[in-house]
Parts: sequence; structure tokens; C-alpha cells
Amino acid sequence: MTLKSTLLGAVALTALAPMAIADGHSGERGRDGQLNIIYWQAPSIMNPYLSGGTKDLEASSIVIEPLGRYDETGALVPYLAAEIPTVENGGVSEDLKSVTWKLKEGLVWSDGSPVTSADVKFTAEYCMHPEGGCAQGAKFDGVDSVEAIDDLTIKVTFSEAKPNPYGPFMGAQSPIIQAAQFADCLGAKAPECTDANFNPIGTGPFMVTDFRPNDVIQLEANPNFRDPSKPAFANVTFKGGGDATAAGRAVMETGEFDYAWNMQLAPDVLAKMAEGGQGKPVSAFGTLVERLEMNLTNPSPDLPPETRATVAEPHPFLSDFKVRKALSMAIDRELLVEVGYGVAGRATCNLVPAPALYASDNTECLEQDIEGAKALLEEAGWTDSDGDGIRDKDGMKLSILFQTSTNAVRQDFQALIKDWWSQIGVETELRNVDSSVFFGGDPGSPDTFQKFYADVEMYANNFDGTDPQSYLAAYRCGNEPKPSSQWQGENINRFCNEEYDALLDELARTGELDKRGEIAKQLNNLITKDTMTIVPLVDRGRVSAASNTLGGVVLNVWDSELWNVADWYRITE
Amino acid sequence: MLNFTIRRLVLSIPTLLFISLVIFLLLQLAPGDPMAQVPLTVPPEVKQKMRDALGLGAPIHIQYIKWLHQFFVIEPAVFIDWLTANSFFFGWLPDTQLSLVLDEATGEMVQRQRVISWQTRSPVMDIVIQRMPQTLWVVGLSYVVGILIAIPIGIYSAYRHYSLFDQAGTFVTMIGFSIPPFFTGPLLIVIFSVSLGWLPSIYDTTLVVNSWATFKAQFLQMIMPVMVLALQTTAQISRYMRSAMLDNLNQDYVRTARAKGLSESVVVMVHVLRNSMIPVVTIIALGMPAIFGGAIITENVFKVNGIGQLLLTALFANDLPMVMTLTFIFAILIVLFNLIADILYGVLDPRIRYD
Repeated sequence: MTLKSTLLGAVALTALAPMAIADGHSGERGRDGQLNIIYWQAPSIMNPYLSGGTKDLEASSIVIEPLGRYDETGALVPYLAAEIPTVENGGVSEDLKSVTWKLKEGLVWSDGSPVTSADVKFTAEYCMHPEGGCAQGAKFDGVDSVEAIDDLTIKVTFSEAKPNPYGPFMGAQSPIIQAAQFADCLGAKAPECTDANFNPIGTGPFMVTDFRPNDVIQLEANPNFRDPSKPAFANVTFKGGGDATAAGRAVMETGEFDYAWNMQLAPDVLAKMAEGGQGKPVSAFGTLVERLEMNLTNPSPDLPPETRATVAEPHPFLSDFKVRKALSMAIDRELLVEVGYGVAGRATCNLVPAPALYASDNTECLEQDIEGAKALLEEAGWTDSDGDGIRDKDGMKLSILFQTSTNAVRQDFQALIKDWWSQIGVETELRNVDSSVFFGGDPGSPDTFQKFYADVEMYANNFDGTDPQSYLAAYRCGNEPKPSSQWQGENINRFCNEEYDALLDELARTGELDKRGEIAKQLNNLITKDTMTIVPLVDRGRVSAASNTLGGVVLNVWDSELWNVADWYRITE
Repeated sequence: MLNFTIRRLVLSIPTLLFISLVIFLLLQLAPGDPMAQVPLTVPPEVKQKMRDALGLGAPIHIQYIKWLHQFFVIEPAVFIDWLTANSFFFGWLPDTQLSLVLDEATGEMVQRQRVISWQTRSPVMDIVIQRMPQTLWVVGLSYVVGILIAIPIGIYSAYRHYSLFDQAGTFVTMIGFSIPPFFTGPLLIVIFSVSLGWLPSIYDTTLVVNSWATFKAQFLQMIMPVMVLALQTTAQISRYMRSAMLDNLNQDYVRTARAKGLSESVVVMVHVLRNSMIPVVTIIALGMPAIFGGAIITENVFKVNGIGQLLLTALFANDLPMVMTLTFIFAILIVLFNLIADILYGVLDPRIRYD
């Protein structure tokens, strides 16, 4: 998407807004009474700086707000800020090293005190405190200083040029907290402030009246919210806990709740529930891609622990592009979507599937081609010389250990992929690891996805916000998990490519959006179709469920799902 | 008897310490990481900082001793402070400040560090106390209901041995034994909440009973979880009751009682029942800690946010201080109720003497 079309979209939305008001759901604050929301993972804390969990981020987003949010198209919308700073309006400096935010005038906290630039500055201090263990530290990466120019102006200076300066104070991960409330909670003292962590004073449409960790949150409309006609609901009950099935049932079948988050359910179960008639599933697509990661290094248990699965030992057959390509060609992605995700998925060949500006038009992998895959393996010299149905070359068999986390859909995928690979003469051994271990990152465990003691592994990942730069930069040479880094690192495949690294450097220097899109597409193609290092399978959307009587819900994958809860209203028949 | 009780209480201290060590080591050895729920988009070095902030960097024995100190010294101190400051019974005593310590930097009295949950960054015991009423109400009530149904069934089944009622009773208890609550729970929800729409499928923990309407709502939302749990209790206790009654019905003293010309109701309800209750009372006492432990599965099915649900979420989140504290509280209760069962045995059966 170009800047022009984004702006056009924004104009169109503004034009639509009066129509929405004319639709008959405007008026007094609190006119629609009670709203019931259910999250099957219960929020533990209302402070996103102390918990990276999505459930906690989303719960807190009703109460505390950032300077700006992303809307459903991924465009930036000012919330506490008067406007989004850009190079064009002078908010972002020419050298891309500083950004100046201006707060809206007359903003007040829910306790009535004014919101000032000191609060914004304090928020940065709170998260950047070295002993605090701030979960959103990455948002403040590269921040050199945060200064309050006057009561409403904040200048963030970066230590180097930041083409995407919207890390701090943008999105659900980085809301503004009140300096007065959190003043004594800096650093190691952060966990002692239970009251502040459970009942933060915010600027959002609602405020907490009762927080019961891992159970239920009761909220009421913020009397000092900036729009006097919002929110439409007077009270919110935010229930947590249980499982996705029960949450979906409570919205779509019994109608006890109005909104249920993250319906990770089998497509047929979801369809059956929607027949309940009380509500419907809503879905939207973001950047979450379920993918196969090819190990370019040798994970053989015969190797010593210092070199096993490290760049010192290239993989005996997966380092061959043709083998990787054949493995990808054998997969029928459309069938995987049908089996595993239904409306909540679509087949993809891209690591960066969205936003449109950064998404490559690469679709060549969508067609399954078993014959082509076989021919490619023959060409690479892999033949079935002993007639046991498994291809071999120089005495080595094409035998793959394929691991993923324990999860019903992933095990279905494993079984299907194993079958397709056996059709092209590749033997597959399947393995699944409990997700808390697989994603746990414990350097002592042999089963983490970082250690990658397998040939192929499957999981899903995405990036925050709309800019893929840091996501693509994960695959930089040298960023791989290795013993010297305690097996930390994001270059899971141990990918190393000079052209790729050069393009990354270029991306880091480029501020112009269209140009950035071009480079990001090239990077995406390099790591997917050109080298088949990452084999994307499914672009996974988010599905939530909303009651038929709940209006104004716009599912947003770029920010909190509750980003526009102030605009929600009750539809009366 | 007193001598025995004291001896057992003293002996239970090393037992509990050993249990706490075992739980701690098991949790340390178990795979998992409190940062596993943090999205992959959070970089590893940020995660490492978060781990350090949780105190995960300290050596294992330091972590253990720190927990022991927090649990056995600071938590009781906080409790005593609360008793003397705010409670009804001891509020008249002068306020103590056992849990407070002078902060050198500011010169103010601040609270010493309690057992802090990793998920919520708040004291574990506060959450436990917040959760206790739900669990006691739902699981405790189901226990009472289960016992009240089980005892008459057990008596009558034994008395009319191999009758139609006994067969039917056996059948129902077998169902109760063999069908787990994660099946009966959703089954009841599908029937009574989804199809009929009579009962709520999600327990409202915020409901305050202050009128007939709220009482009715409370009653309606408690029916399903209580009945699902009561089915399990009934199945177990009625079996014990039945076999204890059967043992006694064939005894010589029963024949003597009948020969004396006592009425059948006196023979069964006085002579046989009292003797049969001895093992059953023990079983009931031994089951008590389970009430506090909550019914993990059932609480989750009906979203009753009690202790069981708390333990489960803590396990999923690898919230070790929370899991450790809850498991240890259960251990204390189990040791305590074992002692109570032993003492009750002696009280009910004069033949048994411990001294």
C-alpha cells in the first residue's frame, strides 16, 4: 500500500464516520449498560511493561493508551498524540535520528489530573531502568534520550538513524503510565507496586474497579474520557480463564458474553458453534506465518556438543537447495489450510505476508507438484538405489527428523507432510515437544526450537507493528543460536548470505516507504523462494467471536483487539 | 492421646521440610520457563533481563532458603500484623509491625518481601485468600451433598444386598467412578446451558448475594459444578459405606441384638451403623484436604476461579513460587488431616489406643 492510498483510505474513513453516528448509536456515555468480554487466558497483571503476555497487553489496553495506535489496515492513528509525526510534517528529523511527539491539548487521567509530557518521559524511564526487567525493552531499543520540551511536547532521540521511529509509545505494548502513580515503582521495586500494577490510572475509555488476578476484572466508564459521548457501555466485566471452546460457546451459543478473544478452534467446531445463532466469528489477517524452518547445519547426535547444529557443520543434504525446494514442492498448502485453519488461514509463500506495502507477490509454491519434486531430487543425484522406497546418495539416506510443538493442528500437519514427503521418497521421523519447553529457550534443554536438534521444524512467528525490518534482520549472518551465545539468537536456520546482509544494511538506511517496501520484498524472496531456507505454509489469521448485538467491533491484528472498545455499542433491534 | 498428638505434630515438621525440599527440587528439574508465554517477538536479551528481575539468576539453594524464610517467617508475620491491626478477634491488641522493616534510603517502614507470584508480581497468599471462598463454597458444598447422598445409599444397598436398588446403586456408582468430570461437565453444559438454557455455563465470581434474585442466581450457577463433583464423592463414599455395613451385618453382635428382640431399625441404624461409620469417617477426613485443593478439572470446566484453577494456570505459566506455595499448603493439609483421621479413629473406636 502506498502512502497515497493510505491517506485516501483515511479520508474515506473520516467521510464514513458521520454516517456511523447518524446510524443511531450516539448519545450519552454509558447508555448501553453492561459489556461482557471473555478471554480464555486470564490476565495476571494490568501493566504491559511487566508481562509480555498477549492477554495482559490486551486487558491493559482498555485502561492505558499509547500516543498512537495501528488501525485495522496497519496505518498509524494518533491517540494521545495530536498527530503522527512524520518526515513530511517535520515531526521526524531529516536524519531520522529524532522524533517529536505533541500531546493533544486538555487530556486528563481518569483521576482528573492533566496528562503532561512528564508522564511520557517517566514511562520511558520506567521501561529503560536497567533492573526493571521491562518486557517491552525492545520497543525502547536504540533510544538515546527522551526529553520533555514543554508540557505537551516530547522529543525522542535515537543513537542512530531509525527509519521506523515508532517503537516507543506506539501500540498496545508501549502505553503511557502515570508518573505520579508509578513514581516509587522504578527498577527492582516494580513488583512491589501491586496496587499500581493491578489498577493503573489511565486515559482509556474504562477504569478498573476490581482486579482479581487470573480471574476477572471489573471496569467502569472513565468519567474523564476525552470524548463525552464515549464509551457507550457503563460497565465491563472482563472474565478470564477456561478454554477457547467454552469461551466460543458462551458468545455464540448461550449468549452470556459479548466478545471472546482468539478462537483457536478446529474449523468445523467453529462453524458448528456459529450455528448457535447468538454470535459470529470475526477474522482478520496479520503477519503470523506457520512455516517450516530448514536446518542448514548438521544436528547429528554423533557430533560433539560444541559443533552440533552450528555453522561449523553444514547439513549433509539440507544444505542442497534442490532438496529444500523439492520438500517445499511436495506440500499442498491449500489442503493444510482446509484441515487446520478454515477461515482463519490462507496459503502463503511469504515470510512477510502483510502489510501490502511489504508483501511480495510470490505465489509459485501454492501449486503442489509431486512429480516436479521427484524430478528435482533425481537431478540432484538422489535415487532409490536399494529399492526400499527411500532415496539415497553416497550411502546416505534422505531421512528427516521433523519436530514441532505439541498442538493438535501441528500434529495433523506433521502427518500430512510426512505422507507427501514419503511420496517423493523422503523418510520422515516425527517428533513433538511440549510448547513450554520448545519455546522456553532453556539453554540446558536439547528440545528448544533455538537449539534445533532436528532437520526441519515447524512453528509460527510474526512481527510487532507494521514494519518488518527487525524481523527480517533476525536472519543476519552471525545472529544464529550457538553455544557461545547460550543458544540465544533468532537466525534459527543458521542462514548466512552476503547479499541478504547487504540488503539489510540498505533497509536500515532507507526512510522512504516505497523504497523500503521494495527492499523488504527482495529480502523476503531471498529467504523464501530463492533459497527455500524458510518454507512458509499458512498465513494464520486471528479469529474472535462477537455477539450479534455488539456493534462497532473492528478486529485489528496490528494492535490490541480491544483498540477501539470506546466505539463499541449495543445494537438494539 | 495428647502425648500421641504432640509426638505426631513434632514429627510432622521434618516431614514437611522434606516435602518442601522435594517439591522445590522437582519444580527446578521440571522443564519449562516462565518466559515461554512471552511472544517470540520479544528478543532474548529482554527475556534474560526479565528472568533476572524474577530472581532466577540466584543459585538454587539460595532460592530455596529464601522461599523457606518468606513462607515460614514473613508470611506468618504479615498474618499476625493483620490480626492485631484489622481482625475482629484480636483487633484490640496493640498493632504489631513484625513484617515491616526500616528502609535505610528513605527512612520509612516498608514491608519485607513476601512470596511473590511471577505472573502477577503480587503476594501469592493474597491471591490464595481471594480464591479460597469460591473453592470452599463449591467444592465443600459438593462434598457435603455427596456425603449426604452416599450414606443412605450405602446403608440401604448393604441392607438389601443384591436387591434391585443395590444393583442400580452399584451401576450409578460405577458410572460416577469411571466417567471423569471433564466429560460430565461439558455434557451437562451442553444439555442445561446450550440446549435448554436453564443454567449459566460460566460461573460469575463477582456475584454478591444480597437479595433473593442474587441468591437464585448463585444457586443456579452452583448446581452444575456441585452436582458433577458430588457424583464423584457419592460414588466413592457409598461404596465404602456399603462394604463397611456388609462386614458388620454378619457379625455375632448383630445376631445377638436381633435375638434380644430389638427392632430392625434399632439394629441397623444404631448397632450396625455406628460401628460401620468408623472407617467411613476416616475416609471422609482424609478427603478433606482435597476440598481445599479444589477440583482442578471441574473448576476449569465451569470457570469457578478457585484454588484448583489457580494452580493450573500457575503450572501453565511456570509460576514456580505460586505452584510451590500452593502445593506445600496442600502438603500441610494432608499431613494435618491424616493426624485428625488417626485421632478420630481412636475416639470412635475404644479398642484402639495409641499410648
